[in-house]
Amino acid sequence: MELTFDLVALQLFTGLALGAIYVLLAVGLSLIFGMLTVVNFAHGAFFMVGAYVGLFAAEKTGSFWLALVIAPMVVAAFGMACERWLIRPLYGRGIDYPLLLTFGLSYMLVEGVRIVWGKSGLPFDTPELLQGATNLGFADFPTYRLFVIAVVAVLLFVLWLLIERTSFGLIVRAGARDPVIVRVLGVDVSRVWLLVFGVGTGIAALAGVLSAPLQGVSPEMGTSVLTVAFVVTVVGGMGSLMGAVVAGLLVGVVESMAVLIFPEAAKVSMFVIMAAVLLIRPQGLFGRAGLMA
Amino acid sequence: MRHASTCRPLILSLRGTALGALLAAAGMAHAQTIKIGLPVPLTGPYGAEAKDQVRNAELAVKEFNDAGGLAERKAELLVRDDKLNPGEAATRTLELIEKDHANFIVGGLSAATQLSINNVTKLRKVVYVSISQSDVINETSDASPYTFHEALNPHMTTQAVGRHVFKKGMRIAFLTADYAYGQEMTRGFTRVARELGAEVVGEVKHPLGQQDYSTFLPRLQAMKPDVLIFNNFGNDNRIAIKQAGEFGMKKKMRFVTPILTYTARVAGGASTYEGVIGGTQYFWGIEDKTPSAKAFNTAFKAANENRHPSDYGAMAYSAVKSLLLAVKSAGATDSDKVAAALSALKYDAYKGVQYYRGCDHQSVQSVLIIESTAKETKDPADVFKVLSVVPADEKLLRSCGELGFKG
Repeated sequence: MELTFDLVALQLFTGLALGAIYVLLAVGLSLIFGMLTVVNFAHGAFFMVGAYVGLFAAEKTGSFWLALVIAPMVVAAFGMACERWLIRPLYGRGIDYPLLLTFGLSYMLVEGVRIVWGKSGLPFDTPELLQGATNLGFADFPTYRLFVIAVVAVLLFVLWLLIERTSFGLIVRAGARDPVIVRVLGVDVSRVWLLVFGVGTGIAALAGVLSAPLQGVSPEMGTSVLTVAFVVTVVGGMGSLMGAVVAGLLVGVVESMAVLIFPEAAKVSMFVIMAAVLLIRPQGLFGRAGLMA
Repeated sequence: MRHASTCRPLILSLRGTALGALLAAAGMAHAQTIKIGLPVPLTGPYGAEAKDQVRNAELAVKEFNDAGGLAERKAELLVRDDKLNPGEAATRTLELIEKDHANFIVGGLSAATQLSINNVTKLRKVVYVSISQSDVINETSDASPYTFHEALNPHMTTQAVGRHVFKKGMRIAFLTADYAYGQEMTRGFTRVARELGAEVVGEVKHPLGQQDYSTFLPRLQAMKPDVLIFNNFGNDNRIAIKQAGEFGMKKKMRFVTPILTYTARVAGGASTYEGVIGGTQYFWGIEDKTPSAKAFNTAFKAANENRHPSDYGAMAYSAVKSLLLAVKSAGATDSDKVAAALSALKYDAYKGVQYYRGCDHQSVQSVLIIESTAKETKDPADVFKVLSVVPADEKLLRSCGELGFKG
């Protein structure tokens, strides 16, 4: 096969776009881990529930844009309820307790969705405004994917502002470093953690709604999401926003370029990256050492 | 001494007959019902199809019982969940045969579970009618006197679809799920393309359960095919076709998929599948021209709140129907007699006359070529138009000799 400039350019751009989606999938997981040291195995399930709530909201309101706002809020509220009554009693018990709990929770959510919405998938049409392809000069590219990239960029900027530039962010960061001292200073850390968990699951739901027009919705749609989110989080460094961005784009581009050279290896490429990073820099590209200890 | 020695055999034989009578009575109770085991993946991604298969099998059993059964012996369906897992399918099948004394097995909704069920039934000499697509089940390695295949197989599906779509000089590309199903489809299409003088310009393989196909699409576009064939199934099929459409590829080439299923079409929506051509073994829309389809649709709708039978579901009906017809004509339930009756059977369960070919017990049957309609219609089940019905013909199958059967 001939490697023309157009083909390579399109492949590279496709990889970046895919990477943006990977970033979106990983950010919520990374945030919760970085601040709470909770490994949220139900991340993929929250993603899937978000897509279904989005579908439901879009049908009821007739607007994709409203669904894009409603679904993250509903799922964030549900996520906060999970933190308050399920996960909070497990703090201080070792990292595997919340891990097992969320693992079980993910199964319950998938079965729950199957009971409510049925076992087979449902269609989710791309909003009319974003249908079709946009000409990028070297090829046509789906307009909707360009929109997703823009949303990811905005989301990351807002998150960065929230964490680095507000007093709430200051408490979050301090709480992540040393919750005891923060508590001694008179800050209600558990409230902060509740909110962080809500934001993390809300972002998972946002990713779900944004993914729905790309692949429709089905109860199993969250399963592989968890894998991707974990790889990106581990490569970037647990809990690092910057890490999630760089790692997500890296994994997307490498996967895409691998398709050109050796397509069968495309899916494995992300695990090769992860293995290499873990060997050379076990805390990930931008991670703090010792977070898992 | 003498007295005792004459008496003992008498007592023994008395006890023997009493026990024998008791056993015979117990045996009679067992013999009353004809048990058909149905292992299908009720949980998991094909749960919807599996449920519909149960409904269809139930209808066939009910019709048999309403018609009086086999000399007052009624049939009973034993449904088990194989969870789409070959190990689970084998265990459930073994239980059905050993513990529940199932006389026959029907079921399996993937090539892998089907082959593992067949491994069990082959050894136990139990008649098995399989209802999912597989080429291997026709081959000598897996064939047995007790194995019957009611579903289409990838080879005949691709021959029928290929003959309809391919023209001399056309450029054909494949997007293939990298497992038995996809590989068998590619093999079949490649063969028919060669026969018709169409050119296969390339193939991109993807792993099962892929959720983003964007990275595969630039390569496929660069091959500049006239026809792009999606050799994948279920969610993979739906997502791949949707994303390729959004890259604007549907305007440049014809989208084809070997098996266009009702559930994938409903899950994907009208715009995703618009204009996509594929094969199927059944669509209820043939009822205008096929009396048995009309009768079947009517009976199914009456029993299931006016719902139409689905493609994969209807196969379970036809499988159980043909099995029970054979039971009736054999007048017995033992494996050898029923297998012989199945081999001799000509049946028209729901779409015209079918029969199981002698060497590999593949059901020789028609293949429907369908196209997905453009808009959501008033009747939500009215999703396809039938482009052509390729009549039942052994020419669509690999020959017995090619499969390794002798003489």
